[in-house]
Amino acid sequence: MANWIPLWLHKLGSPPIFYRFAGTLRPWALALALLLGAAALYGGLVLAPADYQQGDAYRIIFIHVPSAWMSLFVYGVMAVASFIALVWRIKLAEVVAMESAPIGAAFTFITLVTGSLWGKPMWGTWWTWDARLTSELVLLFLYLGVIGLYHSFEDRRQGARAAAFLAIIGIINVPIVHFSVNWWNTLHQGSTVRILGPSKMSGDMLWPLLTMMAATKFYYIASLFGRVRTDLLAMESGKDWVRQIAEEEAKS
Amino acid sequence: MSAFFAMGGYGAYVWPAYAVFFIVLIADYLAPGLRRRRNLRELRARLARQSARQQRSPAP
Repeated sequence: MANWIPLWLHKLGSPPIFYRFAGTLRPWALALALLLGAAALYGGLVLAPADYQQGDAYRIIFIHVPSAWMSLFVYGVMAVASFIALVWRIKLAEVVAMESAPIGAAFTFITLVTGSLWGKPMWGTWWTWDARLTSELVLLFLYLGVIGLYHSFEDRRQGARAAAFLAIIGIINVPIVHFSVNWWNTLHQGSTVRILGPSKMSGDMLWPLLTMMAATKFYYIASLFGRVRTDLLAMESGKDWVRQIAEEEAKS
Repeated sequence: MSAFFAMGGYGAYVWPAYAVFFIVLIADYLAPGLRRRRNLRELRARLARQSARQQRSPAP
């Protein structure tokens, strides 16, 4: 390993150390997610006024949009971890990539279902084959493809490498989802929240949305760490540190 | 209060959306815990079998 990488980062890649590190951080990430999520729900469902065009139906935005952002963000993390796993063969990167896939699939599924529930009263249809909706559906299939490919190999690490390859190729879909509302004529509305320049949304609707975005980020950390810990135990089941954990949990 | 649950007539769309959000995320959060407990149970069973075998025929 290159010597510009600090020693602590190198150590963090070792399964028993990451197992403990993730176990310490996980409850805090979950607590933050629940706290921020509760604040966002109160702000979005109670404090924010009804929309002048969409009435109260627009309140689906507070879960739909953060989930959609997460569906893309998690894919990005999965692709980067996949790249690291393929190039440097780091076990932890493989596990992070493969355990991100189910979480990303969950967020993509939520995005599609909540979008459908929002589309019915506003557009008059549950589903339409427009650019944004179709590319998001392709994203779900990419996640399912990665999960399926990973589990179709007898050897976990071989499966992880094949699935990591698919994850990297699939990254091409992420900008397509993001820019689909600009590139094609679609029923789906354009972005209202912008990183550069002012957002086209009033503050009492914007803060719950951004708070929920932070909550879903922390949720992802909590869920990912739980999944990675489980996977590390399974992968290293022959090692002494896992044996110790198994015996300790039998006592309690 | 009932006005809150009615969501201006859109309650039938808003609440199922929130229900899906929470049900899917709770399931996602709990799934690895169950897998972890099963893995550790199997590991303990394997270790118990190993030590039983060693007691029957001690290594030379």
